[in-house]
Amino acid sequence: MIRARRLARRFGDKRALEPVDFELARGGFLVVTGPNGSGKTTLLRLCAGLLIPTSGELEVDAERGQVGYLAHEPLVYRELTAIENLDLYGRLYRVPERRERIGMLLERFGLWEARAERTGSYSRGMLQRLALCRALLHDPELLILDEPANALDEAGEELLERELDELRRERTLLVASHAPERLERFATQRLALA
Amino acid sequence: MRRYLADAGALARKDLLLELRARDTLPAMLLFVIAVLVVFHFALPTNASAHASLGLLWVAILFTALLGLGRSFVAEREQGVLDGLVLAPSDRSAIWVGKVVATLAFLVVAEIVALPAFALFFTSIDGSTIAGVALADVGICAVGTVLAAMAAAGRARELLLPLLFLPLAIPIVVGGVGSSLAASSGKYLAFLALYDAIFVLVAWAAFEYVVTE
Repeated sequence: MIRARRLARRFGDKRALEPVDFELARGGFLVVTGPNGSGKTTLLRLCAGLLIPTSGELEVDAERGQVGYLAHEPLVYRELTAIENLDLYGRLYRVPERRERIGMLLERFGLWEARAERTGSYSRGMLQRLALCRALLHDPELLILDEPANALDEAGEELLERELDELRRERTLLVASHAPERLERFATQRLALA
Repeated sequence: MRRYLADAGALARKDLLLELRARDTLPAMLLFVIAVLVVFHFALPTNASAHASLGLLWVAILFTALLGLGRSFVAEREQGVLDGLVLAPSDRSAIWVGKVVATLAFLVVAEIVALPAFALFFTSIDGSTIAGVALADVGICAVGTVLAAMAAAGRARELLLPLLFLPLAIPIVVGGVGSSLAASSGKYLAFLALYDAIFVLVAWAAFEYVVTE
């Protein structure tokens, strides 16, 4: 589903991602590890189509609407409620039975009670849960998750593990983490960036 | 086409709702345009001609629009939301259409207050001036929105937007002032309509390249 050959990215003079090779087959689960500044986020943004490589080749066999991307930022408007944010994305992604799907995800991620609150009042952990709802909303084929456990409490991490356990059966996952211990057991492949 | 319009409509509605909740842009535009007209009122000599005051009206409109345009991508930039919108399977130019509609709405509201205030302070406004303002609004918002998206991605965005926008707005001022003052305002209105047609197309086509690398 993803094939990268000598894939690299620069920002001006700064090399953000050293040349990297990997192949991720459909249904695979690739965990990308590495210290801060090693290029994990850059690699994920390249695979999501948000950046263009400066050198090397990258093939991603998924249409734009079939990629679910979890970024460092939750990518939601703070003046809108959780439902309003997900409804906007649901419309843009043409999610069938949008309201039912949004309700189901908010319930599953423990945000149903806070659904009508503006997300500006959410804690960082709640925003991360909402960001996961957003990334999963359109039931994407390829999930690209950047530090998915970020800001989650113990219960949130357990919830995330259950979700990943479920998702890995039907989806292709590319997950970056600087502390991947809890993800290791799901991984079919590993890529360590230096 | 229906889907495209539905996407643009959803995005415009979102921007209007954000403004209704945050009240960041429109009150600032209203205060600014009234303050500018008051300053001009005291700056112009009492025997100043209608020509001079109508010229200043266009300056006030342009800078008020610039204020609104400068804030048009603030939520997307500060909260990183543009990535989420860009990844959606909808046509990326729908983001531009949504922003243009929302910015146009703010500018029209500001002008609904500013034009009567101008008539009160300076001189009466005729139909051709109102037609000129309406046509100019379209061009200002079309060009300004794409430039605001470009500026939002840069570091010196507060400097970049006026530097990019004002040179491109010169034809709007020429057409606008002409439509207000010339005996035959028709050709100036036609000029503004032509500007709109060209720059709406260019901005619409360019937006995809502005929001992707």
